[in-house]
Amino acid sequence: MRLAGKGLIDRSQPVTFIFDGRSYQGYKGDTLASALLANDVRLVGRSFKYHRPRGVLTAGSEEPNALVEILEGNQQTPNVRATVQEVFDGLSARSQNRFPSLRFDLLSVNDLAAPFLSAGFYYKTFMWPRPLWEKLYEPLIRRAAGLGSLSGKHDEAAYEKAWAYCDVLVIGSGPAGLMAALTAGRAGADVILAEEDARMGGRLLSENLRIDGQPGADWAKAALDELRALPNVRLMTRTTVTGAYDDGTYGALERVGLHTKPAPHLPRECFWRIVAGQTILAAGALERPMVFPDNDRPGIMLASAVRSYLHRYGVVPGSRITVIANNDAARATARDLMAAGVKVVAILDTRPDATALEDCPVYLNAQITGTAGRLGLASITVRHAGGTATLETDCLAMSGGWNPTVHLTCHMNGRPLWREDIAAFIPAPDAVPRLTPAGACNGVFSTAACLRDGTEAARSALAALGRTAPEMAVPLAEDAPYSLVPFWQTPDVEGRQWLDFANDVTTKDVKLSAQENFRSVEHMKRYTTQGMAPDQGKNSNVAALAILADATGRGIPQTGTTTFRPPFTPVSIAAMGAGGRGMGFAPQRFLTSDQASRDRGAPMIEAGLWYRPSYFPKPGEATWQEACNREVRMVRTTVGVADVSTLGKIDIQGRDAARFLDLVYTNTFSSLPVGRVRYGLMLREDGLVLDDGTTARLGENHYLMTTTTAAAGLVMRHLDFVHQAFCAEWDVRFISVTEAWAQFAIAGPKARELLATLLGSAPDLPFMGVSGIVLGSTPARLFRISFSGEEGYELAVPTRFGEALFRDLLARAETLGGGPYGMEALNVLRIEKGFITHAEIHGRTTAFDVGMEKMVSAKKDCIGKAAAARPGMFGPEREQLVGLKSAMPMTAGAHLFAPGDRVHRETDQGYVTSVCYSATLDAHLALAFVKNGRARHGDRIRVVDHLRKLDVTAEITDLVFHDKEGAKLRA
Amino acid sequence: MTRKGQSCVPELIAKSALAGHAPLTRLDTTLAEGLATPIISIAPFPGRMAQVDAVFAPLALAFPAPGRQSVSGDRRLVWTGRDQAFLIGSVAPDGLTDHAAVTDQTDGWAILTLHGPAATDALMRPVPMDLRAHAFPVGHTARVALNHMQAILIRTGIESFEILVFRSMARTAWSELAEALELLAARARIA
Repeated sequence: MRLAGKGLIDRSQPVTFIFDGRSYQGYKGDTLASALLANDVRLVGRSFKYHRPRGVLTAGSEEPNALVEILEGNQQTPNVRATVQEVFDGLSARSQNRFPSLRFDLLSVNDLAAPFLSAGFYYKTFMWPRPLWEKLYEPLIRRAAGLGSLSGKHDEAAYEKAWAYCDVLVIGSGPAGLMAALTAGRAGADVILAEEDARMGGRLLSENLRIDGQPGADWAKAALDELRALPNVRLMTRTTVTGAYDDGTYGALERVGLHTKPAPHLPRECFWRIVAGQTILAAGALERPMVFPDNDRPGIMLASAVRSYLHRYGVVPGSRITVIANNDAARATARDLMAAGVKVVAILDTRPDATALEDCPVYLNAQITGTAGRLGLASITVRHAGGTATLETDCLAMSGGWNPTVHLTCHMNGRPLWREDIAAFIPAPDAVPRLTPAGACNGVFSTAACLRDGTEAARSALAALGRTAPEMAVPLAEDAPYSLVPFWQTPDVEGRQWLDFANDVTTKDVKLSAQENFRSVEHMKRYTTQGMAPDQGKNSNVAALAILADATGRGIPQTGTTTFRPPFTPVSIAAMGAGGRGMGFAPQRFLTSDQASRDRGAPMIEAGLWYRPSYFPKPGEATWQEACNREVRMVRTTVGVADVSTLGKIDIQGRDAARFLDLVYTNTFSSLPVGRVRYGLMLREDGLVLDDGTTARLGENHYLMTTTTAAAGLVMRHLDFVHQAFCAEWDVRFISVTEAWAQFAIAGPKARELLATLLGSAPDLPFMGVSGIVLGSTPARLFRISFSGEEGYELAVPTRFGEALFRDLLARAETLGGGPYGMEALNVLRIEKGFITHAEIHGRTTAFDVGMEKMVSAKKDCIGKAAAARPGMFGPEREQLVGLKSAMPMTAGAHLFAPGDRVHRETDQGYVTSVCYSATLDAHLALAFVKNGRARHGDRIRVVDHLRKLDVTAEITDLVFHDKEGAKLRA
Repeated sequence: MTRKGQSCVPELIAKSALAGHAPLTRLDTTLAEGLATPIISIAPFPGRMAQVDAVFAPLALAFPAPGRQSVSGDRRLVWTGRDQAFLIGSVAPDGLTDHAAVTDQTDGWAILTLHGPAATDALMRPVPMDLRAHAFPVGHTARVALNHMQAILIRTGIESFEILVFRSMARTAWSELAEALELLAARARIA
């Protein structure tokens, strides 16, 4: 019910929203929970396990019951707290975990079976037959229990990630937080004030209290106006600080666009990383529910929540309200309600010696022994100092005391300390470096004390930052002491007393846990699932500890508490992974020829982060294989052009450049003449092959190294390591020039002819030569190297000219009967020639394995040489690289067996690394590692791939299938 | 260097890394492709810093300390890493190759500029660095991560930045910074 004239909502802005298909009205400033309560909707959800009817318990993010699904186009966001979700025009929410409807839920039969469904039931009952657990029992149980559901569609909405830095981070904007922010802000420090709520002010918005003679909410507004005017203060509303991490870094989730209609580019949420010099935690405290039989009916709420709904939203959640508490604070609830004209049935005080002087009946030494009302509270039965009573009431406001919100102080392994006088945990000192707790989260409860504590915390933060704190008076406010007598449950009574509403855990479950010897608090948690629901035990943790302590005969401090870990409230994966969906996963690297290749219909394949053309289809070609065969024949008979810019290029200079290359390569580069290129092999320190490639000597002290595409970054890192670790004083410097040059392979019998038309005369480079040339006025480099086995050149120009040169080369090649070739043909050409790639040098092979042990120079040392000489790194027992030839297709990954052997692990002779159909030889070829393979040329071997159901026979051959003598290369 | 066929080869058309990307303005803040040419990497050999500085002295430039740059008119020497700086806007002076590795990097980098009141906020989305004016003042430079890319970041003004990324990744860098601006603009629309 909405009260006239009360609350901080904007009554000039009514909004219409939908809950479970019905349209309701609320106001701007309402949460879904306050708007539903204003419409007298008390039943909002069904519990996790027993499907019990549940209503709104709290007015904050700790809400365990009022979890709903928010529907929005493709979006279906489950487990949204109705107490956090703001209403807006068009908001559509749906209750969850019920079938077919919230009022009539078939699965509430679970509740009737409750005697059989206590903690641990599933594990004891469904153990046999064992395979059925995964296949049958667990899926069934999971279906019956549950929370909200997802849409099953991609979340294509915008999310954001951001960084923020400040001198002082203040978490929470209640009295303590506001004073801390004011103090630090006036001192000129960079301040971030983060508040979970849509509106700043904390309890000042929810209580009837005065600061410096003005209403708390007005004082908060004035303080915020001042903060807003300070250029060094940043106010972040709707921002929950969710985790404390190393070095003053905090994770925070901002609900950016969840309170309004979706709009293009409007992020739903932003995940912040806030780095703070000093942090003041003013997160307040969470009220504890009382524990008594059937304490979970809709209409039973926290007393503080009832006050929040009254003062902030002008809503009373019932017409006959009863209050129960074990402390003084809740008396205010009754007084505030009566002042607002609401009928208060009675105050139930669990303490025997509290005052009975109120304007309504007060029962002392009161204990609730039962409640009634199927879909909402109708009455409660009470035993008290004077006897027993049954009270007709539709709302019960309860307060079991307060738990300081210590969560963030535990995120770096700090253990909170038990304070007997307030029966609660407070933060341990210095639990998080550079973080000071202040106010209620520090166990300080009166408004005046919170204002003082916030100021003091800011002063010590400023001192640590070397700043002077401003002189400022602490405002006047109520300073009532907080006193309570712990009351953990109604003793000696039948019925289920609920601890964890979110996971349906009762006091009986905790006792059963202790009885079955799960006595450690961590074991109890896992046995009962108490504290494992979305609210992470915020409402039940301390009460459950108290029950466990009682059941095990220990005190609460000895029992200890489970560990609070980040995040404080749930953080969506979408926010943490903002921008990373689909193509945002990794940077995309594009060649200068990219558009030209796509224009020709080439499917692009990813090679690392690069996109390279797979093949260039021509009209009439039905399969990639046809295109590939044509491209292979084209290179073998005319001329082909391919973009090879993805290969890593490293420019190496210095008087010790040659010496450096001799150290990192197995073979010698100091002897390479200027203007020549040499193939080189590089080992890791463990003696296995790291990479191969060609290196050109451009000048006496100037080399250009080429790496494979895959290992470009690895090789750069390796060179950096070798340089810094072994020869930092050498006269050598190197830098990547991969991106600075666009480089194209021109290969085939007509390659020279093509270049002649481009350059004006045929190049007179010898095989493995390099020359600087000029194209127009563009400096270029021409290499005579070949990865195809044909007469081959590679022409490099500064990258800005890459696209123009590629298109020019294609036109010339096509005129000569050639054209572009893609990765598929490139792969076939190199297999035919027996050239290796990282399919062969995959990190477990040695120079000996790939047949290059002679390239490890005997005359000098090199990285990996000693390790490569270890026993077992060479010899006939090793699998050696060979060729395979077959009439049938083979597969990479297939394993090899001697014909006649049984096919199993012990008889494995090796494996296939690369395969192709060779259009040149009209045969299926493969490269493979075979035990003692080089001695087995001519043998038959069985190729078996269980995964792809393949079993064929092949002939072991020499590695090189095409032009063994290399006559074409050197033509 | 062998000159070949200059007479018969037409000039190749040069294309910038972000050709076709029109400047994008949101919240009075503009993302655009920048121009800086040439870019020459200068890496002094061990113990040769004095000689390198002597070579640069006539240009009124000095090898910069880490995170800094040396500026003289249109010429800049920008720190880019350990024992490495990029000379931007000038060819390498004579005599330098005796004392430092000199490598043309002009084509290796795409340059993006971000200018306007939202520039810092936009950059502090993909860049995990404190870019508040006092923490990263005008003229400072840093090697930073731009989401998954590595970049060189230079603050050219209170509200102005230059961002250098590997040329092949230019489109990703553009779309990530453009997205940051778009999100900020959408936020402003509901504020």
